[in-house]
Amino acid sequence: MGTLEATETKNKTAPSAPERIKGSEAIVRILLEEGVDTAFGYPGGAIMPVYDALYDHQEKIKHVLARHEQGAIHAAQGYARASGKVGVCLATSGPGATNLITGIADAQIDSTPVVCITGQVAASLLGSDAFQETDVIGISMPVTKWNYQVTSAAEIPEALSKAFYIARSGRPGPVVVDITKNAQFEEFDFEYKKTTHIRSYVPVPKLDMEKVKEAAEAIDNAKRPYILFGQGVILGNAEKEFKTFIEKTGIPSAWTIMGLSALETDHPLNVGMLGMHGNYGPNLLTNECDVLIAIGMRFDDRVTGNLDKYAKQAKVIHLEIDPAEIDKNVPADIPVLGDAKESLIELTKLVKPNSHEEWLQRFRDCDAMEQEKVIKEELNPNTEILSMGEVVRIINEKTQGDAIIVTDVGQHQMVACRYSKFTKSKSNITSGGLGTMGFGLPAGIGAALGAPDRTVISIVGDGGLQMTIQELATIYQTKPKVKVLLLNNEFLGMVRQWQQLFFDKRYSSTEMINPDFQTLAKGFYIPTNKVTERENLEAAIEEFIDYDGAYFLEVMVGKENNVFPMVPSGSGVAEIRLE
Amino acid sequence: MEKQEFTITAYTENHVGLLHRITIIFTKRKINIESLTTSESEMEGVHRFTIAVTETEEQVQKVVKQIEKHVEVLKAGYYKKKEVVQQELALYKIPTESLTNGLEVERIVREHNARFLTIERDFVVIEKSGYKRETKALFDELRPFGINEFVRSGRIAVARQQHGLGHDVEEMLMAEA
Ligand SMILES: Cc1ncc(C[n+]2csc(CCOP(=O)(O)OP(=O)(O)O)c2C)c(N)n1
Repeated sequence: MGTLEATETKNKTAPSAPERIKGSEAIVRILLEEGVDTAFGYPGGAIMPVYDALYDHQEKIKHVLARHEQGAIHAAQGYARASGKVGVCLATSGPGATNLITGIADAQIDSTPVVCITGQVAASLLGSDAFQETDVIGISMPVTKWNYQVTSAAEIPEALSKAFYIARSGRPGPVVVDITKNAQFEEFDFEYKKTTHIRSYVPVPKLDMEKVKEAAEAIDNAKRPYILFGQGVILGNAEKEFKTFIEKTGIPSAWTIMGLSALETDHPLNVGMLGMHGNYGPNLLTNECDVLIAIGMRFDDRVTGNLDKYAKQAKVIHLEIDPAEIDKNVPADIPVLGDAKESLIELTKLVKPNSHEEWLQRFRDCDAMEQEKVIKEELNPNTEILSMGEVVRIINEKTQGDAIIVTDVGQHQMVACRYSKFTKSKSNITSGGLGTMGFGLPAGIGAALGAPDRTVISIVGDGGLQMTIQELATIYQTKPKVKVLLLNNEFLGMVRQWQQLFFDKRYSSTEMINPDFQTLAKGFYIPTNKVTERENLEAAIEEFIDYDGAYFLEVMVGKENNVFPMVPSGSGVAEIRLE
Repeated sequence: MEKQEFTITAYTENHVGLLHRITIIFTKRKINIESLTTSESEMEGVHRFTIAVTETEEQVQKVVKQIEKHVEVLKAGYYKKKEVVQQELALYKIPTESLTNGLEVERIVREHNARFLTIERDFVVIEKSGYKRETKALFDELRPFGINEFVRSGRIAVARQQHGLGHDVEEMLMAEA
């Protein structure tokens, strides 16, 4: 690799005095310096010196032994998203590192700060197709914010210090530091300085007050302004400023799936969720607003549907930290580049107090229609068959919206995101951008460890659960108080729904002939229960939530239920179907 | 929007792997890189990428933002054809005997503003710099004499104005110091 020195770093924190130690010991000391108390991983040959060093620091760093590296990284992601801290993940070279890739890609697209440390074969063996050698730098490059290969101990401090800084600053993301085994063994004079600046990197663009003024004017003059907000509000710690802004301007606001919980669900200006399975009004009225204010969201295609039919009538204001998101999918008439918190503070100062009662009423009318056509039946079904929605409704009643809801991917994810109530930020942890099945269970483990004082419920489908089901053993060994809720429809439900609607009900490879999940949970020594009748549901959920520790609850739900509303792919947002 | 010729320029740190990071941006969008040149720049310790593509301006704008987003990229930008002074360098190897059968080759070389780089017993090497169409024209004229080897470099280009993108980088680095 090139020299690290080429990138000058100005360091403001005081350096610690030099001390002669091994590279592996330095790695662990750096984790401590960066405030890491929990790491997720899986050992193997090329990372063994680091595990050996961890052995000496067990009281300070809890290492969570996953059962697959994918589990380790999803747990690190869940930890990061629940705690707001950087998630740390360790893996060995070759297969250990390649098993991380799905989670790294997930963290990249959902802007999750994760530092992955991978062991690598000795520098002298690089390029020789040595045992368990893979080009981790090459493989991870398309899915990392930054990566770096360390081949000597002396490079470790600066590489890791940059890794933490890059992962957590600006728009967060995953980084990989690949460390050859010789570098872990070598002794060197260890000194550590935290990175606070890299000359080629601008994590937060400078706010242009002219743009803020323009935006404020457009907002003041708008008749039907409409806010779309995403995870940027959460990542920018701007929940309070966001609320102040919408309350002053009285603008109806819809969240993206990643923006869930940035505002309380029941806030009168919260009109619901955007997206393919979002709410009716938020989708439909996108094409009726006159000013569209996007805050910390990136106009994903699942949010916009067909771009040719998306908000063509609206003037678009885009508050965003990442310049590459401006004009990427939806052209911005007024781009406001900057940190969400600062931008919102300045914007709030300039806008006039306002209310948009009539316009807001349009959202309420749409909601009434959706209640009638979809929600009523989903939350209180008129049949004997249990619905996913009623399970979520009872959870809401029991937790009062206080829980962290983690989900896997599929119908249960859409139902959980549509109906879960949130009262606190960082309470929705889901694989939004990548849609990674297998995310839910390990992410729930990480979330429970990252937010130990909160109730963490991981809602999974029978398909996704079986992608990372071995992590039940991690629960048994590590004892996070995660509650695993299996909504079992004995189908790859979301794919089956598409087959029903768009492929003439040809259910090709979507029916699941499943194992006995009860026996499985018992085998992993996790308290478990199964509900097949409505009359047992409430009591079972109550016990599930109140139990002091991890718990596995399986609810048999309708095999062929569908999630509505739906914007069929290729359609415009206004073509949203209620049935 | 119509596709046209663009030159993308990026000022970067000199780090191993950055070339790969940058080309990935093109691969991901299935954009063909016509040529790519890396070299030093006017600033010490700052590297420069020059990338030639034929694309829509909208796509080029997006690509440039993705390039600039990389941690180790100081600044990236793009130029249209008219906004740069550009050159490519071509080398042609032909048998020496084609020179001994009359003055035809020498005339062609002169007319094309090319020159002989070396004349050996068995072969000569001709050098020509210019636009692709110019080096191509020379190629076509030399072909009947038998071309043993031909190579053309990537496009290099500087902005057709006193202060290009590099000026911004200089200011950035001054502010650092
Ligand atoms: C790793 C991965 N493979 C395939 C898919 C495609 N996919 C999306 S949803 C889905 C079905 C999920 O089924 P299940 O986990 O049972 O949840 P349900 O939809 O029934 O709630 C599939 C296969 C995916 N998102 N991720």
